[in-house]
Amino acid sequence: MIKDFIKGLWRENPILVQVLGMCPTLAVSTKAVFGFSMGLATTFVLISSSVTVALIKKLVPHEVRIATFTVIIATFVTCADYFLKANFYSISKALGPYVPLIVVNCIILGRAEVFASKQNVARSFLDALGMGCGFTLVLIVLGSIRELLGSGTIFNYAILGKGFEHWVVMALPAGAFITLGFLVGLFNWINQKWQR
Amino acid sequence: MKNTIKMIIVLTVLGLLSGAALVFIYRYASPLIAQNQKDETEKAIYKIFPEGKNYDTRIIGEDSVYKVKDKNGKLLGYAFPASGNGYQGQIDMLVGIQPDLATLAGIEVLDSQETPGLGQEITTEKFENQFKGLKVSPSISYVKNQKPQNPNEIEAITGATVSSKAVVTILNERIAKIKKDLNK
Repeated sequence: MIKDFIKGLWRENPILVQVLGMCPTLAVSTKAVFGFSMGLATTFVLISSSVTVALIKKLVPHEVRIATFTVIIATFVTCADYFLKANFYSISKALGPYVPLIVVNCIILGRAEVFASKQNVARSFLDALGMGCGFTLVLIVLGSIRELLGSGTIFNYAILGKGFEHWVVMALPAGAFITLGFLVGLFNWINQKWQR
Repeated sequence: MKNTIKMIIVLTVLGLLSGAALVFIYRYASPLIAQNQKDETEKAIYKIFPEGKNYDTRIIGEDSVYKVKDKNGKLLGYAFPASGNGYQGQIDMLVGIQPDLATLAGIEVLDSQETPGLGQEITTEKFENQFKGLKVSPSISYVKNQKPQNPNEIEAITGATVSSKAVVTILNERIAKIKKDLNK
């Protein structure tokens, strides 16, 4: 059972291994706090929809399963979007259209189709939690690196002094691709070392 | 046939449940969201007019204009929202103008999607402060890489001329319209 949770963190990490959900990964990782909030919102939707799908899987005819999953996911995403707008207005403004776009995040539909529609509720919950945490962790790492080099701070705490010349490219889309490339490279390098 | 009916039933029930959930969350969230937006506008108004104590909202056409008064009820000026296209997306601002409609009291950028580190500098105090006491006639203009010479000029941000120009253009268009509206 515990394996269902652990695999999302490393061996089947949604970003580094499955390379899913690239749109929010690249777009909102300009700052650590945005990556963190995006990760939390996605994790919430992932867990809620995986559990719901696992609960009702026997009732849903095979032919309409994708439509059903989409409606379930869209409902939870809208809830998350309104909740953020009501309680964390500035974060919601910074994340902009990327919260509603969680609907089309392949990780969520992927987990519903591959895992939750075939497994029981408890395992689906752990799987979703693991995938969500893996996603959030990578977004935080990505956001921290870009924020540190792009504006000298992490979670808005000044780390590098005033003399540090900001690497503007890190805050731009190009910086997201470069950082993600290095992260995936580092990840594969560590994996190879381990296997020896 | 049996399967078709099952599909219809499942999707209908699911749609109903999802609709009900959304009604519930909407009723919970919409007053809070409206309050957040009001707070944001209010904060911006009092930042532009530090002596302001209260304001009346006037709706002209589709636009709101806020008449800002100090504690003795004296008119300090008008505040109004202004938006338009920037370099990468929409720029939303709140603009304050003195009662003579000739001098700006200040601007506050509420929302923008400009390039971080370059165009996004329009949200800094340094840029916004240039608009305090700026003359709006004949129109606001900008200069590059030098100190402004005339009372209607601001200095564009180095490397972000498009964003600076966008702010100036939005202001000029909006101010021309507000002058007409207020003199009606």
